[in-house]
Amino acid sequence: MDPAGFCRQARVLIVAGKGGVGKTTVSAAVARMAAMAGLTCLIVEVEGKSGLAAAFGSSETLTYEEVELSPGVKARTLTPDDALVEYLEDRGMRRLSRRLLSSGAVDVVATAAPGIKDILVLGKVKQLERAAAADLVVLDAPAAGHAVTFLTSAAGLLDAVRVGPIRAQATEVLELLGDPQRCQVLLVTLPEETPVNEVVETAYKLEDRVGVRLAPVVVNGLYPAVAGLDVDPRDAAVRSEVHLRPGEAEALEEAACFRRGRVALQGEQVDRLAQSLALAQLHLPFLFTTEVGAEEVDVLAAALGEAVRGLPG
Amino acid sequence: MTSLAALAQERRIIVCCGPGGVGKTSLAAATAVEGARRGRRACVVTIDPARRLADALGLGELTNTPGRIGGDWPGELWALMLDTGSTFDALVRRYAPNPEQAEAILGNRLYRNIAGALSGTQEYMATEKLYELHEEGRFDLIVVDTPPTRNALDFLDAPRRLARFLDNRVFRLVVMPTRAYLKAVSVATQAFLRTVSKVVGSEVISDAVAFFQAFEGMEEGFRDRAREVDGLLHSSSAAFVLVTTARRDAVEEGLFFAGRLRDYGFEVEALVANRLHPRFGAGSGSGSGSGSAGADRERARALAGTPLGPLFANLADFRQVAEREEAHFAALAEQVAPAPVVRVPFLAGDVHDLEGLAELNRSLFPPAD
Repeated sequence: MDPAGFCRQARVLIVAGKGGVGKTTVSAAVARMAAMAGLTCLIVEVEGKSGLAAAFGSSETLTYEEVELSPGVKARTLTPDDALVEYLEDRGMRRLSRRLLSSGAVDVVATAAPGIKDILVLGKVKQLERAAAADLVVLDAPAAGHAVTFLTSAAGLLDAVRVGPIRAQATEVLELLGDPQRCQVLLVTLPEETPVNEVVETAYKLEDRVGVRLAPVVVNGLYPAVAGLDVDPRDAAVRSEVHLRPGEAEALEEAACFRRGRVALQGEQVDRLAQSLALAQLHLPFLFTTEVGAEEVDVLAAALGEAVRGLPG
Repeated sequence: MTSLAALAQERRIIVCCGPGGVGKTSLAAATAVEGARRGRRACVVTIDPARRLADALGLGELTNTPGRIGGDWPGELWALMLDTGSTFDALVRRYAPNPEQAEAILGNRLYRNIAGALSGTQEYMATEKLYELHEEGRFDLIVVDTPPTRNALDFLDAPRRLARFLDNRVFRLVVMPTRAYLKAVSVATQAFLRTVSKVVGSEVISDAVAFFQAFEGMEEGFRDRAREVDGLLHSSSAAFVLVTTARRDAVEEGLFFAGRLRDYGFEVEALVANRLHPRFGAGSGSGSGSGSAGADRERARALAGTPLGPLFANLADFRQVAEREEAHFAALAEQVAPAPVVRVPFLAGDVHDLEGLAELNRSLFPPAD
């Protein structure tokens, strides 16, 4: 499948995964891949505290206003409070929104009708989709175990709220989530035991409870396998006619052994994921840096593009 | 200087906090193991541990009562998986003036949602449980693992947030329009709530009003309790341990978190750097052990095409990541100085049995030289 076709399968792509799996990095890589394929992309960030701008080498803090992070890639935040204010302002209730927020009554309402904030965020995403705000709208979903709650909020709210505009909003959000031509979920995980278990669990819950279409699962942070690591450095030195300094052979051997061990462990987890979850996998390499900037995102976007090309069309 | 071992030996309470996905739960459990190894009666309070770790700790389901874990140590090890809902229920029963009022609250739909929907409630109940266990006096050491929330700071904001929720003026004015001058306010407030009802549906508002009616008069008890919990966390019995990995985003979150802890009057007393890449050759005792990634990369280039090329390229990869980890980490270590820094390397696999926990314990508390 070519990357442009992949990005055009549905206008909304919700990127979800537990904390620490690289969800934001993957959102950035998807956006870059879309841009490289000639499409426009809008990344929507819902927590107001992510390294998204930094991933594009920008020191800006994202706000409610769209900003261009790189050619073809725009980003904005959409916190629940923002979504509430906009929702009410659109309906001529500006003062009400102010008072709800300033009095703290919004917390009471949100507790009485859990999921109401999520609905407002997803409702706004639906509006962006309807307005064709970009060829691809990437929603960097909330982290932690919240993804399932976030996406099941619409169904839950229909039980709590029987009439009114919020109910109408929830119904429309459910339609969006249930339509694979409009919306899909891209799950992200790491090739480690607990993240694999969790992504399998999340995938089943999302399919059962939300009926949302799952895109291939992204396995992030795979150590690229390197050939030639199973030789003894001392033999290799003799054959290369190089003299090793004291201690070097040990360091080379330990590092090679570590890499081989990690590659094998990760391979086991990738196999286990394939057995537990009937979804295609997109593999992204571990980058030997601890930070993600524009250069790293480009590397990942290219790797993602390669992986997508490997999918059946 | 205090070490993490000294904290496990001397303190009554250790709070493990830090960003999500850094391994807090396992480290909290390994810290409780240390307490047991030192002959103390230790209990780890966890929230939503990974399934296999939960099984290893005998935490098949939420029980809210500590279960004992057998092991080869002179002390005792107990574990408890927090049940937010029933912890809150117990608090309501404690502060309700009579059982009828308690039942009215427990049956209210808004109340039933609080545990799952009001951000920070889980954290608040974790501290509440901690306080309760502390008061019971059964344990010498209680280690709490803070939950993987959207925002790690919810842990600190939780009591205030709940108090603010329970004190909500809008709803309280509706339920107690007793004095004449409040009546006018109440009329305006009711108009406000009617408008809100039109948007969110009237059941939502009537549930909320019923909740505040039932809760009337109990906020004081809750507030006092929150103050006591806060006092305990600020006392010298308690220590905060900040856990993070060396990834840049985790370190940045850690820096922010350390700053906010200070704002709240807490000191980070130990910093744990989890899942560090190993430093190869560091133990060989020769000068080359401290070789740089750059030099290794050079040699890999020079030796490309020979059997040594890939070996040097691989070593350079790992030295590069170790160097960057160390550089990120230095800023955080400086911010929490003089707190000791404990470096925990990558383990071969996930911790999901007592053996894994024992291995993690050895990394976290290396035997003194």
